[in-house]
Amino acid sequence: MLCICLFLYPLTPSNAVDLNQPASEKSPSINIKTRHANVAVASNFIKPMQELKAQFELKTPHKIRVSYSSSGKFFAQIVNGAPYDLFLSADQVKPDELIKRGKASARGRFTYAQGTLILWSSNATLVNNSPDVLYNNQFRKVALANPKFAPYGQAAVDVLKHLSIVEQTKPKWVMGESISQTYQFVATGNAEIGFISFSQKPEHGSYWLIPESYYNPIKQDAVLLENAEHNAAALAFFEFLKSNDAKNIIQSHHYTVD
Amino acid sequence: MTQVNSTSSTIVANLQISLHSGSQVFELSVNSEFPSTGITAILGESGSGKTTLLRCIAGLEKSAKGLLKLGETTWLDDKHCVPTYEREIGYVFQDARLFEHLSVQGNLQFAIKRSHEKVQKAFYAEVINALDIGHLMQHKPDQLSGGEKQRVAIARALLVKPKMLIMDEPLASLDNARKQDVLPYLAALQNMFHLPILYVSHSTDEVCRLADHVIVLHQGKVVSQGSINDVFASAQLPHIYKQETSTIIKAKIIEKDERWHLIKAEFDGNTLWLQDHNKAIGKTVRLRIIASDVSLSLQDEKESTILNRLEGRIGGIEIDKKGATALVTIDLTNSEIVAQVTRKSIDDLFLMVGMKIWVQIKSVAILG
Amino acid sequence: MGLIDSDINAIWLTIKLAFTVTIILLIIGTPIAVWLAKTKSWLRGPINAIVALPLVLPPTVLGFYLLIAMGPEGPIGELTEQLGLGLLPFTFWGLVIASLFYSLPFVVQPIQNAVEAIGNKPLEAAATLHSKPMDTFFHVILPLARPGFISAAILGFAHTVGEFGIVLMIGGNIPAETKVVSIQIYDQVEALEYAGAHRLSAIMLGFSFIALLLLYSFQRRGIATKFRIGR
Repeated sequence: MLCICLFLYPLTPSNAVDLNQPASEKSPSINIKTRHANVAVASNFIKPMQELKAQFELKTPHKIRVSYSSSGKFFAQIVNGAPYDLFLSADQVKPDELIKRGKASARGRFTYAQGTLILWSSNATLVNNSPDVLYNNQFRKVALANPKFAPYGQAAVDVLKHLSIVEQTKPKWVMGESISQTYQFVATGNAEIGFISFSQKPEHGSYWLIPESYYNPIKQDAVLLENAEHNAAALAFFEFLKSNDAKNIIQSHHYTVD
Repeated sequence: MTQVNSTSSTIVANLQISLHSGSQVFELSVNSEFPSTGITAILGESGSGKTTLLRCIAGLEKSAKGLLKLGETTWLDDKHCVPTYEREIGYVFQDARLFEHLSVQGNLQFAIKRSHEKVQKAFYAEVINALDIGHLMQHKPDQLSGGEKQRVAIARALLVKPKMLIMDEPLASLDNARKQDVLPYLAALQNMFHLPILYVSHSTDEVCRLADHVIVLHQGKVVSQGSINDVFASAQLPHIYKQETSTIIKAKIIEKDERWHLIKAEFDGNTLWLQDHNKAIGKTVRLRIIASDVSLSLQDEKESTILNRLEGRIGGIEIDKKGATALVTIDLTNSEIVAQVTRKSIDDLFLMVGMKIWVQIKSVAILG
Repeated sequence: MGLIDSDINAIWLTIKLAFTVTIILLIIGTPIAVWLAKTKSWLRGPINAIVALPLVLPPTVLGFYLLIAMGPEGPIGELTEQLGLGLLPFTFWGLVIASLFYSLPFVVQPIQNAVEAIGNKPLEAAATLHSKPMDTFFHVILPLARPGFISAAILGFAHTVGEFGIVLMIGGNIPAETKVVSIQIYDQVEALEYAGAHRLSAIMLGFSFIALLLLYSFQRRGIATKFRIGR
């Protein structure tokens, strides 16, 4: 119970998942003025981010620390003073809101990736690159990210609306709190099918690559936060994200870029 | 004194048990037969196995082996072991063990509901009266004094209508005043309810007062057993009880001497003068004459402060080869008395079996 | 307090879940607790450890394994499918089963402690009064261990209400089925609906505080009469 209250008032980003940080290293607040930059990244972007970090640190003298969590949690943390320099959100709503509240600068904001939605099953024959499985009702549960706050979930609802089967399928919805949890539901077979990000798709199973016209684009925006102003590493990484090297990496993970 | 008669009215206890606690091993090995009437006391210092023996008889020690019979009923043999809840015993624990969540009445009802025999109202009333607990019925155990708790515990044990009552030092946790509070009830129990009672105690005083039959335990073994007088008047009494060697007799008050506050008691044709403790004429009392309070003389020492002098004949002399004393048994008219004297005196007076002798008794305790 | 329908649904569902779990846990936890308190078997250690596992395991670990075990490939999933019950994840009864594991130590341990504190003495006394083991259980152990049972019920209930990680893993956020209060709060936080999150969080905080207050005030009162056995 208490942990729920805790992430309303976090003091440090310590409850975000930080895959690059041994726990014993100094806390980020001490390093704000060094060459390190603290980057908050929506967890759907873990894989490309790992490659981006490696590439960036190879090409520049700068170092970054990356924390992964849901955009909603990062938002709450940043509003309450968490010492991040950059925020790579999974949507545009949270960067907008941060700019409105003066926590991020409007100037540097851009779309670093655009997500692609697929309907996936771990069963190799169930989906067969078409929405038939949805029409035929050949499933007990369909997983989607919670449309209330997850952009991939909103996109999934767009698709179901486009197919005019929202009401018909609603009793079968199971909602993940994030796109990765949605993936988990399908991967374990507890939901036969689910709307996931193309970037998550493993080798096995079957899927339907949903036409982009079926849903509003899933634009993922990055913003520079207050702390970044004098942080060279943060500014350098922000620029690096716009480079062709970075774009290639992002595209290789089935995101589209401008 | 109670006699061990036919097997149908005896309790056969042929029990072995090894108890381990940590690296300590306690072994109890008892082969005993005692009457299923009267009060049988189990006497021994602490650690001698008294409580363990009781627990084996009650079935509370699951690892006990051997044979256990109450009359015709077998509770333990090679093949079966009757569980505690099917043995028809009443058990009074040293620490009462009333159920804290029940009132005194609740505790008594607990027993009545589970009695194998219907408990008549009259019996219930008799038990409550005998132990004088009627005014405590609504009390919770934590509102009772130690003596009251024990009396309730005894009443509870009686109300399951047991075939035998087992009491594990019911007085040990009480102070002296409380003991005097409960002791009379214990003495009366046997007469009122005609139950065999097994009574554990380390107090020779209590045992001499209550018991008809005694089993003396030492380090898990029976070292002496028999009727109360046979055990206490014997040279076989274990070393720690040597000073307690006594003659225990039943006597009847036959005369009062108001002037000197004395009473005359008669046993088997002999008489003794005792201090008058308000005992009525005709009453039977139990007397204890400690062997070291008895001295011997070759003639009747009339010019002596000693009031009680009896004439008898030496029936036996047992010399303690390791010590300075000897135990002399003197045959009186239809009775005996033991005296503890020094070996030197035996030598000096040339005492021998068959000799005529005068017995001088310094004090006699009236046990009740 | 300006609760919306989905809040009320979530509160009602949470109470239903916690109530169901508490009742079932008292029924299955009691024999486990009594066995643990009484046994001399070598299995006592391992069973004690298994019961206590949820105290130290992150709920997500438990939730992850349950998701797999209850899934179509998992042993529980295969069993429930064969029994014609379908799969348990994303159902109310799936949450019930997960919560049974999760809240087990909170019910077993207070009862176990209470039964251990009673000791053998009253049980022996009961046996000498012709009370058979089951009779003794209902008329001596149960009433004497009552403070333990009340602690167990309060803790089991409160802990189930406070459960989050496991429900997140196997719930699927279905209104009136698996969307409990903690998930509703999480959703509201994620959706930046902080006012709503505050309302429900305040209710949770108040509930938890009152539950613990009840527990401690009860235990304090209990000390005087709790485990003392007649002397």
